[in-house]
Amino acid sequence: MSDQLIYASEVFLNGLMAGVLYALVALGFVLIFKASGIFNFAQGVMALFAAMTLVGIQSGQVPFAHLINAIFGTKIHHFGWEVHSIIAIILTVLVMILLAWMVQRFIFKHLVGQEPIILFMATIGLAYLLEGVADLMWGSEIKKLDVCLAEGACLPQGINVAIDEATYNLFGYGFFIDNLDITATIIAILLVTALVIFSQYTKQGRAMRAVADDHQAALSVGVSLNYIWILVWSVAGFVALVAGIMWGAKSGVQFSLSLIALKALPVLMLGGFTSIPGAIVGGLIIGVGEKLFEFFMSSGDLAGALFGFTMNATENWFAYVLALIFLVFRPQGLFGEKIIERV
Amino acid sequence: MLDQAEGYVTADGRKIGGVVMEMKNITLRFGGVEAIKDISFDIREGEIRAIIGPNGAGKSSMLNVISGFYIPQEGQVYYKGAPRPPMKPFEVARQGIARTFQNIALFEGMTVLDNVMTGRLTHMKTGLWAQSIWRGKAEAEETANREVAEKIIDFLEIQAIRKTPVARLPYGLKKRVELARALAAEPSLLLLDEPMAGMNVEEKEDMSRFILDVNDEFGTTIALIEHDMGVVMDLSDRVVVMDYGKKIGDGSPDEVRNNQDVIDAYLGVSHD
Repeated sequence: MSDQLIYASEVFLNGLMAGVLYALVALGFVLIFKASGIFNFAQGVMALFAAMTLVGIQSGQVPFAHLINAIFGTKIHHFGWEVHSIIAIILTVLVMILLAWMVQRFIFKHLVGQEPIILFMATIGLAYLLEGVADLMWGSEIKKLDVCLAEGACLPQGINVAIDEATYNLFGYGFFIDNLDITATIIAILLVTALVIFSQYTKQGRAMRAVADDHQAALSVGVSLNYIWILVWSVAGFVALVAGIMWGAKSGVQFSLSLIALKALPVLMLGGFTSIPGAIVGGLIIGVGEKLFEFFMSSGDLAGALFGFTMNATENWFAYVLALIFLVFRPQGLFGEKIIERV
Repeated sequence: MLDQAEGYVTADGRKIGGVVMEMKNITLRFGGVEAIKDISFDIREGEIRAIIGPNGAGKSSMLNVISGFYIPQEGQVYYKGAPRPPMKPFEVARQGIARTFQNIALFEGMTVLDNVMTGRLTHMKTGLWAQSIWRGKAEAEETANREVAEKIIDFLEIQAIRKTPVARLPYGLKKRVELARALAAEPSLLLLDEPMAGMNVEEKEDMSRFILDVNDEFGTTIALIEHDMGVVMDLSDRVVVMDYGKKIGDGSPDEVRNNQDVIDAYLGVSHD
């Protein structure tokens, strides 16, 4: 095999892994959009909030410490204990469920039947509110996120070494693939499997699909819309937590994390706003596409020889241009429901 | 107290039982418009009860009051002898009242079988975990639900399209699938909102047959709204006639047919 092809395969694999992370964020959007028609701009902030809560609980931070200290003149910051990752994750899930309930109870319950644009504006408001609350609750400094299942077993070690060796023996060139990306891929596969089982085989999942399809009909077979919407926001909160853990572990838990929502937009335009497989395939296509495009355009041997020039940092815009092309030629995305108006 | 009298026997010899649902002095307003004005009537166990009237008479509003989609400003609904507090539609459904819609509300993305199975949601009781891992009670329950669903699909003669996504079906079949989904709940009261609207003669005959068969086979109490006078008179045991939100007639088809108010308001005054 030629060197270029081997490098390209490595880039391809890395693209797939990056795509998984995009897909995770897009998944949260699709869940809520399908069930309630709300385009949840706050999905990225939810991931940030979940990751911050997880770190906060893990490290025994006192929530709202700055606020409490400012009011009472105390100097508390930490409880002085550390919480095991698994317990911290469970507690964070509970917080996300509480958040889901509050979002439904205090915002969307009052906006039932409103125009989509109004619901969308409400989620923008929610995004900024949540960002402020996250800041007030846990502080704004960049935090390091380590999820350890047991002592010394933080993330599966050695997989990338094995891949490195195997590919070295095969091609004479060892692939480098991030451990974290491999973990993210495995977890994403588990998450999607769980979601599929939930939506296909359980009563709640069936009710969720019913609500996604037709509100009136769902009511007439005894489904409480309110309950399903809380459930959907909880599931989206859980997906946000998983995305938050992965992105947080990669680049630290910081406020720019909420911007991953922007990266999910082209994924959604590609995959369609209403399709769970679409979100995943869309994420993979964007991940692979932008990595391969970058590899191709920045290489003097390929683009240089072909066009006579090279480009760098195409990753910044590739996804959006691809999304634009899709908007022109296939606005419903690859897997979205085709919009047909019968006359 | 409600009149729980023993009921009556129909012309074709079916025994009609006590009162399942009673509407007492129901008034429903939308702003200044009175859609339903002080209407009372009852629905008895095992009967086919029709609500008829010209366009805008308030028939659909009445059905929506029964199924909880509208809450009346005045009056009281009695269900199985007890006054029913104002309820959400899904709570009404859980009490055993199933319905269909005038403009068909189906789960278009699901197959026919899935639609009918979703109609059995109120009969699914096992926990989330048991259902996810498909163990023990969950399996037995799913099998039982599936059996009921298949039986109804057979009964309504839609076996051939069990696995077809509903969105692809023609109008008449969609109506039938909607009936199947409502039946799947094994309701104690089945509400049909214009089950034959927009159908051709053949489809209307099919649907009439199914409604009669359902009532006969499962003993389901049925309340239906219909435009087509001929169909209504053939189908129903008792008829309520509405006009401009008021009740102008109530009784057997023959009584209603000979009621002068009904003839004037609904069938039109004769021109000779």
